[in-house]
Amino acid sequence: MTATSVGVPVGNTADRPIRPYKQGFNWGQAGNLAAIVLIAFWCLAPFYWMLVLALRDSDYTFDNTPWPTHVTLDNFRYAFDTSINSFGRSLINSLIIGTAVTVLSMLIGVFAGYALSRLVFRGKSIVLAAILGASMFPGVAILTPIFQLFSDWGWLGTYQGLILPQISFSIPLAVYTLTSFFADMPWELEEAARVDGCTPIQAFRKVILPLAAPAMFTTAILVFLASWNEFLLSSVLSNGVKSVEPSTVAIANFTAGPHIVPYTQTMAAGVIVTIPLVIVVLVFQRRIVSGLTAGGVKG
Amino acid sequence: MRGKGAAALAGLLGTALVLTACGGGSSDGGSDSGGASGKGPFTFVTGKDNSGTMPYIADEWNKAHPDEKVTIKQQSDSADQQLSDLQQHFQSKDANYDVVTVDVVWTAEFAAKGWLVPLKDDYAIDQAALLPATVDAATYNGTQYAAPYASDGGLLYYRKDLVKKAPTTWDELIADCDGKTTKGTIKGSKPGCYAGQLAKYEGLTVNAAEAINATGGTIVSEDGKSSTVDSAQATTGLDFLVNGFKDGYIPKEALGFKETESLNAFSAGQLMFMRNWPYAAAILSGDSSKVADKYGIAPLPGPDGHGASSLGGHSVAISQYSDTKGSALEFLKFMQSEEVQRNDLTVGTLAPVLSSLYTDEALVKKFTYLPDLLKSIESAVPRPVTPFYPAVTQAIQTNAYAAMQGDTTTAEALKNMAAAINSAAAGG
Amino acid sequence: MSITSEPIAENAADTSGKRRRRKRDKTIHTGESRLAFLLLAPTLIMLTVIVGYPIIKAIYQSFLTDPGLDSSGFFNEGNSWNGLANYKHWLLQQCPGAGGVTESCPTGNLGAQFWSSVGITIGFTVVTVLLETIIGMCFALMMHRAFKGRALVRVAILIPWAIPTAVIAKLWIVIFDPQGVLNNVLGTDFAWTSESGPARAAIVIADVWKTTPFIALLILAGLQGISNEIYESAKVDGANAWQRFWRITLPLVKPALAVAVIFRSLDVLRMYDLPWILTQGANGTTTMSILVVRQLNSGLNSASALSTITFIIIFAIALGLVRLFNANIVERGTR
Repeated sequence: MTATSVGVPVGNTADRPIRPYKQGFNWGQAGNLAAIVLIAFWCLAPFYWMLVLALRDSDYTFDNTPWPTHVTLDNFRYAFDTSINSFGRSLINSLIIGTAVTVLSMLIGVFAGYALSRLVFRGKSIVLAAILGASMFPGVAILTPIFQLFSDWGWLGTYQGLILPQISFSIPLAVYTLTSFFADMPWELEEAARVDGCTPIQAFRKVILPLAAPAMFTTAILVFLASWNEFLLSSVLSNGVKSVEPSTVAIANFTAGPHIVPYTQTMAAGVIVTIPLVIVVLVFQRRIVSGLTAGGVKG
Repeated sequence: MRGKGAAALAGLLGTALVLTACGGGSSDGGSDSGGASGKGPFTFVTGKDNSGTMPYIADEWNKAHPDEKVTIKQQSDSADQQLSDLQQHFQSKDANYDVVTVDVVWTAEFAAKGWLVPLKDDYAIDQAALLPATVDAATYNGTQYAAPYASDGGLLYYRKDLVKKAPTTWDELIADCDGKTTKGTIKGSKPGCYAGQLAKYEGLTVNAAEAINATGGTIVSEDGKSSTVDSAQATTGLDFLVNGFKDGYIPKEALGFKETESLNAFSAGQLMFMRNWPYAAAILSGDSSKVADKYGIAPLPGPDGHGASSLGGHSVAISQYSDTKGSALEFLKFMQSEEVQRNDLTVGTLAPVLSSLYTDEALVKKFTYLPDLLKSIESAVPRPVTPFYPAVTQAIQTNAYAAMQGDTTTAEALKNMAAAINSAAAGG
Repeated sequence: MSITSEPIAENAADTSGKRRRRKRDKTIHTGESRLAFLLLAPTLIMLTVIVGYPIIKAIYQSFLTDPGLDSSGFFNEGNSWNGLANYKHWLLQQCPGAGGVTESCPTGNLGAQFWSSVGITIGFTVVTVLLETIIGMCFALMMHRAFKGRALVRVAILIPWAIPTAVIAKLWIVIFDPQGVLNNVLGTDFAWTSESGPARAAIVIADVWKTTPFIALLILAGLQGISNEIYESAKVDGANAWQRFWRITLPLVKPALAVAVIFRSLDVLRMYDLPWILTQGANGTTTMSILVVRQLNSGLNSASALSTITFIIIFAIALGLVRLFNANIVERGTR
């Protein structure tokens, strides 16, 4: 599936395992292994360091020993100490905001994705260009007017004030990814259903929806991750209201009192935010990769 | 006087708006009218209570005023976010933000926007017992708009194991470092000499203003509308910081120092002198400090004799849109009362605004830095009192930073600083 | 089979989908257009409300004055017609000086930072996207060859992409601390975030770290789609490794690469969280987005003009890139 979207000759589907082609210079096993180690190091080293710091006594922040020393769980306890920071609350907020954004975008986007990939109508490329244009939009361009508007409405520091603006990038992301996915699904089945007398809507519900479930699930993961990671809009529009602030903003503003920035404690909070993501990545790795390569959009 | 008339007009307008909005907008209830007599339960909006003093304040007030109970609404602990939260609620004329905590540097803007009740006539409060600098900082265009309740001033932390007595002048400080410190870095075999909060952020405005004020230089004129920073005194003052980097008595790492970084370096024994706020004392005496028994506190040095501190701290002010202004006024007086001030210091280590507490024997015994802090605050100069503070602080930070980095001369930097401040005041 | 780049890529991209659609075109049902409109309506309405309306409001406000101080020391409401003054302020660096004259914006005024922020943002974009593409290509080629440990890498490579930038920026602060691990490992003595060269390098490093794996993934997907037969026949024709990379691999992954480069460029042009958390925009790292957020504090109408300009610049660059790569990202979606 991934392959067709980046331009593959017909006879070679991605489902078939691809043998690596020997390109003359042969590095051999050792070379390959070294390459793997290098890439894994690149990807994991900073995360490893975050873990090491999170487990390190804050008095030894700049100890710089490459393995865990002065190990303590105090930082994690500290991160969840509600008398100092509202980090625990912010995790729930991220979950609420992420879920709302995902559900809303999927509900709206799935119809658009279907129309754009399956139906033939005039002005299709204009619509698609408009949606893409919206996704390329700099967040700051809508930030100023939205800030003012929400200020007038009293929406700063509210859930709706954080959820709605995220739709500006999550709907395009959802529509674009879904369109790519839907375009790659077997057409014949839908046509067969239509021949059998189904209306387009019935064909969609009975044939396409079950087929599309995995694609939708993948898209939902991407949208959720994008929302979970959002910072610019949230940092300004949450306006310091701790009870709705998402975790990215909470971590950016993590303090231990005025003028005190606790490094290791922040790392502990960072690890907690990251671990669910690592699990999601581990479990849905194949799906995420197919979603990314289908849509080509960064979350 | 025109200013008075406009203020009164703004007051009337505000009251009128509140009165029309009261019907549905306010949940305060209990109030019979606007104006000084408005009594009833009210809300006090303040930054996050890091010092833990709010429960005492709420309890004591509510005990004495069962019909005018205060509800404390805590904002976040980021000053930027507190500011934008207040701006938002004032802009929407929120009658529920009755009493607000105002950072010293916001007072002028809030006053000029007509959001705060001027503390005169019916609202006048006797401020004779207060440190004069704190009252100055709450005054805009000759009228006081906020009642100071917590002060803050810069102090010099020094290594008493390395120098016998704290330096009182910049020259002494530099001479003290000679031979005992590594020039230009905190990572040499010996500690670095001096650092303050010199990263490009609000702290730099504080530190630069201190250096400039110490030599008698000023940043903005009395009326806050034009800049006076392009002067010989200001050049001498800013040069203390600029030459510090050039000559190595300020380590280059300090260009990235905020409060935390400078404190970390000093507490790790990597600095001989540090400028910081009083809060640092508790941390330096703590377990993780390597200098727990080796540091002393003194007023900031200056060009000849003790220097000037920038004034930090907070005031309480009454919203123009409140319909319980009478209760609010009593609350302002309560916040400045000796019992609250004493509790603020003992529980929250907040610097009091009442001068008498600085010489209170019991307190001085517990907080040995009080006499030094008093000197610091007595000599303190408010940061520029201007309604264009965001633009003014940008102008100060950008140009002071450029000069410290050696990208431009001190004179050129101050010229640009003055021009940028003037431009801000003209609406740019 | 001769080795020419373009036709192969074109053919490869052009098969099945289009042909099938052509066949379908003849069997259009009359109700489809109306259905399509109905299905698209929620999306278009949402985007109009959340993106369209604010933009139009911002454009309108960008022509109005911000509140100014009157002679009595109080602010007026502002919002009177200001013509192009806000735009001139940013684009031509025109600032009001003392005594009502217009002067060139002095250093320290946000207006004076406009062009430098444009330069900085574009500089970041060119450097990071270039590095990410080159390193990403290397990674993709390595992963494509390697079998052992591939499962590990497949998971590992998603981790930098998945960690929120705001979180990882906090980690980089500790890593880049003068006493931090990077100086320790490299044996250097940089005050990373407080000198302009290292501060920019720090942001480039942090961004390249996070997104290179993502680019590598996209390229890898492209590589996996290339059939072995093409390489075989090229080999028979006597093409060496370099020629094969240059004339087969590159043209065939070009469509995937182009999309990645375009989207990444747009991301970097909008960059805010990384420099904001690492340096607050100090030391030559004030991007256009940071400048807009700073201006929010001192005049919303002027900020509206700035955000409109930012939008136009980014839009123009996006259009230019699409032209440059001749990439049809719109078609891509429907293929």
